[in-house]
Amino acid sequence: MSDGNRGPGFGRSEAAQGYLLVATPLAYALLLLAAPLGAILLFSFWSQDYLTIDTTLTLKNYREALSDPLYRQLLLRSLLISAAVTAATVLAAFPIAYYVSFHVAPSRKAMWIFLITIPFWTSYLIRVFLWKVILGYNGVFNTTLLGLGIIDEPLTFILYNANAVVITLAHAYAPFAILPIFVALEKIDRSLHEASQDLGEGYLSTFWRVTLPLAMPGVVAAVLIVFIPTIGDYVTPVLVGGPDGRMIANMIQTQFLRLNNAPMGAALAVLTMAMVTVVALVFVFLNRRYLRGRE
Amino acid sequence: MKRPLRVYAILYLCFLYAPIALLPVFAFNDGTVIAFPLKGFTWDWFRQLAGIPALHAAVLNSLKIAVISAILATCLGVLAARAATRFAFPGKKGVMGLIMLPLVLPEIIVAVSLLVVLLQLGLSLGAWTVILGHVLIATPFAIAILNSAFQGLDRSLEEVAVDLGETKWSSFRLVTLPLVMPGIISSLLIAFTISLDEFIIAFFLTGTEPTLPVYLWGQMRFPQRLPVIMALGTILVLASVLLLAIAEYARRRGAARTGQKEAGGFL
Repeated sequence: MSDGNRGPGFGRSEAAQGYLLVATPLAYALLLLAAPLGAILLFSFWSQDYLTIDTTLTLKNYREALSDPLYRQLLLRSLLISAAVTAATVLAAFPIAYYVSFHVAPSRKAMWIFLITIPFWTSYLIRVFLWKVILGYNGVFNTTLLGLGIIDEPLTFILYNANAVVITLAHAYAPFAILPIFVALEKIDRSLHEASQDLGEGYLSTFWRVTLPLAMPGVVAAVLIVFIPTIGDYVTPVLVGGPDGRMIANMIQTQFLRLNNAPMGAALAVLTMAMVTVVALVFVFLNRRYLRGRE
Repeated sequence: MKRPLRVYAILYLCFLYAPIALLPVFAFNDGTVIAFPLKGFTWDWFRQLAGIPALHAAVLNSLKIAVISAILATCLGVLAARAATRFAFPGKKGVMGLIMLPLVLPEIIVAVSLLVVLLQLGLSLGAWTVILGHVLIATPFAIAILNSAFQGLDRSLEEVAVDLGETKWSSFRLVTLPLVMPGIISSLLIAFTISLDEFIIAFFLTGTEPTLPVYLWGQMRFPQRLPVIMALGTILVLASVLLLAIAEYARRRGAARTGQKEAGGFL
């Protein structure tokens, strides 16, 4: 850090050089992210008056969103589906991350992580669509089970409902859950395990009292990185959700592109973000208390 | 505990790959219904792909958008990653937090907020508006990759170059840039893949010329188009895997060049 004033080109202070470099990406993020998000917030307090937008500030959209059972149900369902996806994804991901971190030879870890991430990089649309093909009434799953004589008629509870949305999203977000947990597990000092076992703890209690608390930051990151984006998923509910699997993003899209009621769509978008933020903060808070309680 | 965990890991990988594994199976299946048992082998669906002009236009549009987005996102990524790894400045956490925000923000929020602003400003939608959105969501990935490339850099190499009479810029160009080049290539490929696959932002901002995913979305409503979609999907998946393998190779070579230990994987 001592090269602040070295040589002809190093005249500027370190902070100034940092700002100079970060200025362009920051300006981009301010103009195309912060400003549009601000615009959405502003829009949500306006109202649509048939073809024109009434720019007097009002809470009308929020009142409507929170009192109309249709919107309320969609918001609540999105939250529940998102929570179910998060729980399923993170619980299924933990053993994988644990296996790769603790039981795979160091030289082969990169290959495992690469294998896990590949499906994530293939077209999201195609992957979701494939689940529709798999789970459908005449789909791969049903025709195979029928062909094998395991069932007599196609199963119908697996497509066009919330179950299908949860399965599909849990599949889509798997690497997002595995990677942060894996990174947290990798950071754990292996001698702690030996110490714990030398002191007479068994395999399970070592896991419960040493590994899990130390892996918690990774689990929290995994929960947030799955929970926040899934609540706004649009493609999966449309393709595999059916009427009972619709989520709030579908309504936001309808408001903006079909009903031409941007202010209402903006209010729903703001409410969704607010809901996600509150749940995320509560989760982080509870986790802090859990970890402190263990000290 | 090792044995059951291993079995679980392998089952999990099967779950991850099951949908993709079905793609080639049905892309070559000589039947319009996507179900077992298979009917026979055919190249027909791939041949049909060659005869759809709308598809070709969408592919070209997507490629154009992906190339430009990848270059812009990587340029922004280099600037931000260099600033984040090399300099300390007040408010760094907040600044980087804002730039990385699209990583966790639901894409539909990014899409509608951009749409509202563009329409309010009276701008017309088109390929360039999709590029604006794609650069926004690809930049955080570029930064994540480039951060690790810049972090592995030995700072004294640059200082030596300056001491030997190079200017700051020429030492960056002659010393730093070659060392982080694999990271840059990896970032370009990842940003390209993200843009090529992205649907929601393109769906909202594309205007009259659809990108490949938007075109695909339109086709998914027609059951008779299913096998053709499977064929197209097979090609897309192969292309993605190829790009990723190159990106991973570049990243590893970069890690080896700067003497880093293998850290494993993107993100």
